[in-house]
Amino acid sequence: MRLAVNNNTIVSPVKRKKPGRYKLFFMALPFLILTFLFSYYPLYGWRYAFYDFKPGIPLSETAFVGWQWFQSIISNPIQAAEVMRVMRNTIAMSGIGVLTSWLPLMFAIFLVEIKSNKFKKLVQILTTIPNFISWVLVFSVAFALFSVNGGFVNQMLMNIGIIKTPINFLASDSHTWLSMTAWGLWKGLGWGSIMYLAAIAGIDQELYEAAKVDGAGRFRMMWSITVPSVLPTYFVLLMLTIAGFLNSGMDQYFIFQNQINKEHIEVLDLYVYNIGITGGNFSFATVISMLKSIVSVFLLFIANTISKVLRGESIV
Amino acid sequence: MKLSLVDKLFNIFNYSFFAIFTVVCIFPFYYLFINTISNNDLSNRGLITFLPHGIHFSNYFEIVKLPGLGNAAMVSLGRTLIGTLLTVLASAFLGFLFTKDNMWGRKFWYRFVVITMYIQAGIIPWYVTMMNLHLINNFAAYIIPGIVAPFNIILVKTFVESIPASLQESAEIDGAGYFTIFWKVILPLIKPIMATIAIFSAVGQWNQFQDTLFLVTDSKLFTLQFVLYKYLNESTSLAALVKGSMGGAANLNLANMQTPTSIRMTVSMVVVLPILFVYPYFQKFFVKGVMIGAVKG
Repeated sequence: MRLAVNNNTIVSPVKRKKPGRYKLFFMALPFLILTFLFSYYPLYGWRYAFYDFKPGIPLSETAFVGWQWFQSIISNPIQAAEVMRVMRNTIAMSGIGVLTSWLPLMFAIFLVEIKSNKFKKLVQILTTIPNFISWVLVFSVAFALFSVNGGFVNQMLMNIGIIKTPINFLASDSHTWLSMTAWGLWKGLGWGSIMYLAAIAGIDQELYEAAKVDGAGRFRMMWSITVPSVLPTYFVLLMLTIAGFLNSGMDQYFIFQNQINKEHIEVLDLYVYNIGITGGNFSFATVISMLKSIVSVFLLFIANTISKVLRGESIV
Repeated sequence: MKLSLVDKLFNIFNYSFFAIFTVVCIFPFYYLFINTISNNDLSNRGLITFLPHGIHFSNYFEIVKLPGLGNAAMVSLGRTLIGTLLTVLASAFLGFLFTKDNMWGRKFWYRFVVITMYIQAGIIPWYVTMMNLHLINNFAAYIIPGIVAPFNIILVKTFVESIPASLQESAEIDGAGYFTIFWKVILPLIKPIMATIAIFSAVGQWNQFQDTLFLVTDSKLFTLQFVLYKYLNESTSLAALVKGSMGGAANLNLANMQTPTSIRMTVSMVVVLPILFVYPYFQKFFVKGVMIGAVKG
């Protein structure tokens, strides 16, 4: 024993600090700097919200206006109306998103009821493809199918004799929220069901057999075994949807927007782009995106708290 | 087993629903394709609906002559290859480093990276940042901001943690440094997760549109997606382009003369074909990716 204590190489592994603490840190440092530059440094740009900033003019030469831009959201009636309109669009489309969030779940539940494995596989592969094409391409597809000059849908409707003159579907503001949701479903429904399909695949088959012995029919099993098994997954995804309520993104809406549907298609992100990058009102655009970011973090906290209270698990 | 009437009706409904939805998902691509290989005059008048007529492939050869399109294809391909390679390696390396609990301030730095998934400054501050970093009209703007991807780092970290530590320890005893361990021990083991990350990031890079819109005005740096967007939006200038570059006296044959429609559709096909070809083979990686992500939640 004495020998062992005297021997320097034998030291308790718990107390010994492994070498390379800083070496490891310095190896990660370049990436941490990138993270800082592209994710934290932009936050410093929130100061533009307090200036009358114009691109090209250094901030030191621009007037500090304090909370003026923030107040103008409420005090300036034109700006107030605009912000209300954009909020209405964002909430409406995210709201429809929440209301239709159970569709991928249904899709999965009904798909597993298909007995032919080949057919099931084919459906799964083909319906997930639209998820992997860009919104530009979705628009190209929309253009080909719904264009007023020889688009597929107009041709069909005219051939059948339902309409005499082609309808300009894309340059129209009727049902903009619904058609945007429909495109979102076309793109995302198949893919959205993947997570549920995996959850269903993980259900213990004995449950179904036991239910069968007890005389449960097919629908009874779907309702009492399959549905409860996928609900936790649904709940997590629903919470994430709520956390991202304001983050509708802008690709889809930017690409589908035109002068006619602008009234209903402009969501927060797109509005920020339109007034900031296109309109040059950087400061007000910063105010809007700043408020949006703060509210989003707040929503995330709420969703996370709900999840903790109801399921004892956090979502982030 | 005898099916009840309700069961039969349900099956009929179920099969028809999925058959119809699948056709709705895939028909647009078929429609685009048959139009690009059909008589351009018929296609332009919307007369090609279910079957191709007057099959020819000249559209695919003709679009090569469009000014800037070849260049855009190179930019798209370049950003996809370089961007994917760098983000995969960076995610793998950083994910590995974050499993080392003797890293100085590991927990803090890990959160420092991960939290950026939830905090966004907004597009205007981001745009000004990119301006300050001289990433306007710069190819690097397609690559550098995407190198550190928090979600991918989480995926790798979780994956590395599931590998038995003894494998790394034995290499450490042999005196291998962190780089050697990463390169020789970890990389071969985390190939599946790297494949998943690679496939997602490649699709993301190929489909990316917004960064060109914000940061690029130099047509030499336009991507295919952006060029296609321009074609979709500026049909008049496209028509002029058609007249200018294709409408020489030699090409008066209506059947395969380029029209704005034929160009739009052919370019769309070129943009979507890589995805259509690659997707069925890599589907399992996509599915795996979303599942690992779900477990991590």
